[in-house]
Amino acid sequence: MMKIYDKKLAYPYFVWMTLFTVVPLFIVGYYALTDSEGHFTLDNLVSISGYSSVFARSLLLALIATVICLVIAFPVGYFLSRLRVNKQHIMLMLVMLPMWMNFLLRTYAWMGLLSVNGPVNAVLGLFGLGPYTMLNTSGAVVLGMVYNYVPYMILPLYTSMTKIDQSLVEAAQDLGASTTKTLVRVLIPMSVPGISTGITMVFVPAVSTFVISRMLGGGSNLLIGDLIEMQFLGNSYNLNVGSAMSLVLMIIVLLCMSFTSSFDEDEMEGVS
Amino acid sequence: MKLLKRLSVLALTAALTLSMAAPAMAAGSIEVTEDVSVSDDYDWTRFKGQNMTLNVYNWGEYISNGSDDSEDVVSDFEKLTGIKVNYTTFDSNESMYAKLKSGAANYDVIVPSDYMAAKMIAEGMLMPLNYDNIPNFQNIDEVYRNADYDPENAYTVPYMLCTTGIIYNTTMVDKAPTSWADLWDPQYAGNILMFNNSRDAYAIAAFKAGKSINPDSTEEVDEVVEELKAQKPLVQAYVMDEIFDKMIGGEAAIGVYYSGDAITMIDDNPDLAWVFPEEGSVLSVDSMCIPATSEHKEAAEMFINFMCEPDIGKANAEYIGYTTPMESVREILDEDLADSEIAFPPEEVEAKEKVFTALSDEVNNELDVKWSEMKSYNEGGSGYLFLLLLTAMVALACFNIWRKVRRRSRNMY
Repeated sequence: MMKIYDKKLAYPYFVWMTLFTVVPLFIVGYYALTDSEGHFTLDNLVSISGYSSVFARSLLLALIATVICLVIAFPVGYFLSRLRVNKQHIMLMLVMLPMWMNFLLRTYAWMGLLSVNGPVNAVLGLFGLGPYTMLNTSGAVVLGMVYNYVPYMILPLYTSMTKIDQSLVEAAQDLGASTTKTLVRVLIPMSVPGISTGITMVFVPAVSTFVISRMLGGGSNLLIGDLIEMQFLGNSYNLNVGSAMSLVLMIIVLLCMSFTSSFDEDEMEGVS
Repeated sequence: MKLLKRLSVLALTAALTLSMAAPAMAAGSIEVTEDVSVSDDYDWTRFKGQNMTLNVYNWGEYISNGSDDSEDVVSDFEKLTGIKVNYTTFDSNESMYAKLKSGAANYDVIVPSDYMAAKMIAEGMLMPLNYDNIPNFQNIDEVYRNADYDPENAYTVPYMLCTTGIIYNTTMVDKAPTSWADLWDPQYAGNILMFNNSRDAYAIAAFKAGKSINPDSTEEVDEVVEELKAQKPLVQAYVMDEIFDKMIGGEAAIGVYYSGDAITMIDDNPDLAWVFPEEGSVLSVDSMCIPATSEHKEAAEMFINFMCEPDIGKANAEYIGYTTPMESVREILDEDLADSEIAFPPEEVEAKEKVFTALSDEVNNELDVKWSEMKSYNEGGSGYLFLLLLTAMVALACFNIWRKVRRRSRNMY
């Protein structure tokens, strides 16, 4: 009889991960450090420095989007976790609803909404405002990121907040803590695991997206994702430079993740 | 005697009918379906019963496929020849090239664009065709033979064509644009849509600057891309198929795109109009070729020949809406399309059309570096962003180390 905690049960996924995550990682590394003839070179990595402003812009926009997501999702997650269970299910479904629609379609819809002759400007026009140029700006790209990725922030926050006992919040307030103090000393520290998971789940896809920037950024707000896509499917077809870009992006993301995970570890210590 | 006479009469009539029938048969046809008949002067059935499968790799939505009451060209071919066709599609020349290069799949017929065909010829990835097996090649207009990408015309049979040009909204411009240079006119600032693809965008700037669309030195690339950089502040967006919504919805005054798609846009918004700029335009030709790795060359040639049958060419041209390279197809096309000056530009426009050829690796690389540099270039300069990023990264790393150290010292108690 196999025990439920038998290590062997994890083997299928382990094999899967080795084949389709670990091995490809090494292949990316190999391509990044070789030229088209397969000789070792650092030229690919050096040539990336020319694109540093693109990297910087991607990180900045993804960071802004992540912060906005966090600010929006935190109260939503708290509100959801305090609802009665059957209501929670309905509300959660509403949060997930947009995700049932194709990602491309949702972004495409924003392109129509934000356009100069679009509905948003039409409504503003009723109040004598605008029309504003909203499409093809960095702001539109951030909006696209927030819209598409905010559910990924709400869900982990909600999950970690359901574990917070309401009596702790009440106790804090009974003992004279102000709302801000309750938030800073009780709620936020206790939902840190959710926050850090949420940040990872929003930041990583946001920093590497290319569809959003192409559709809402008008192609002039180039992000790393666009650059990498150009290397693999564009005119240049340079697998080596493309791999080098992916590698650098991976390192940057890892660095950012180490930041959130260090929070996580701290929190775990506090709990145990 | 009587019998003999009767016999001879019979023979005579037989001979007569035969001789009358013979020329009719030479130009006769085999009816495949109600709308499609093919020439019977070709042995279509020689592979019947051999259980042969032909792998055809074409652009997506680039063949009449039976939807919306159109002709199902592939199944017609299967019905006629008994060869099974495994039809798959790609969405860019580069992805098709990558797949072939990796050797992951074996194809018998592929449809690369001009410059990609040239590149593949240069790399020995295509097989020279035996034009004896493709008699319908004579249907292809002289103008489209021996093009720069295949000067000897040994590897390619043109499938579909389109030209680049300017599409504009007549209600949003004071004067109809006539040249590529109008895309640099400040009065259209924020109202211009450009190609989001380096080769096509470069060609526009090259036409404007009076240079070749196929640069042969990196200096030339640098010079022409400067033009694109100068244009950038005026450009509303760099787009590909997004242009449909934007032009139809009146989002922009002037855009650049392909003639075949312009017809669709004008159908949807009659305010739009099309012009072939006076400097000339790019003619893109997608050609049918056979990869060097093909194992069924003769059957592949049969498929290509089938695609050049007038009835098949008509079905495809009407379904896709692109320009056919076959005069015999144009003659039987739906009138609206056949009379369209966009689909079939007048001779003086045709005379100024240029085709893409393969660029050397060095030039190609320079073009891409410059293109992405242009795209990421900001007038205000964005060097400070990088410094900001670097500082943030260092700060982050320091912060992490500090946390680790603090935790360790805490754990000591």
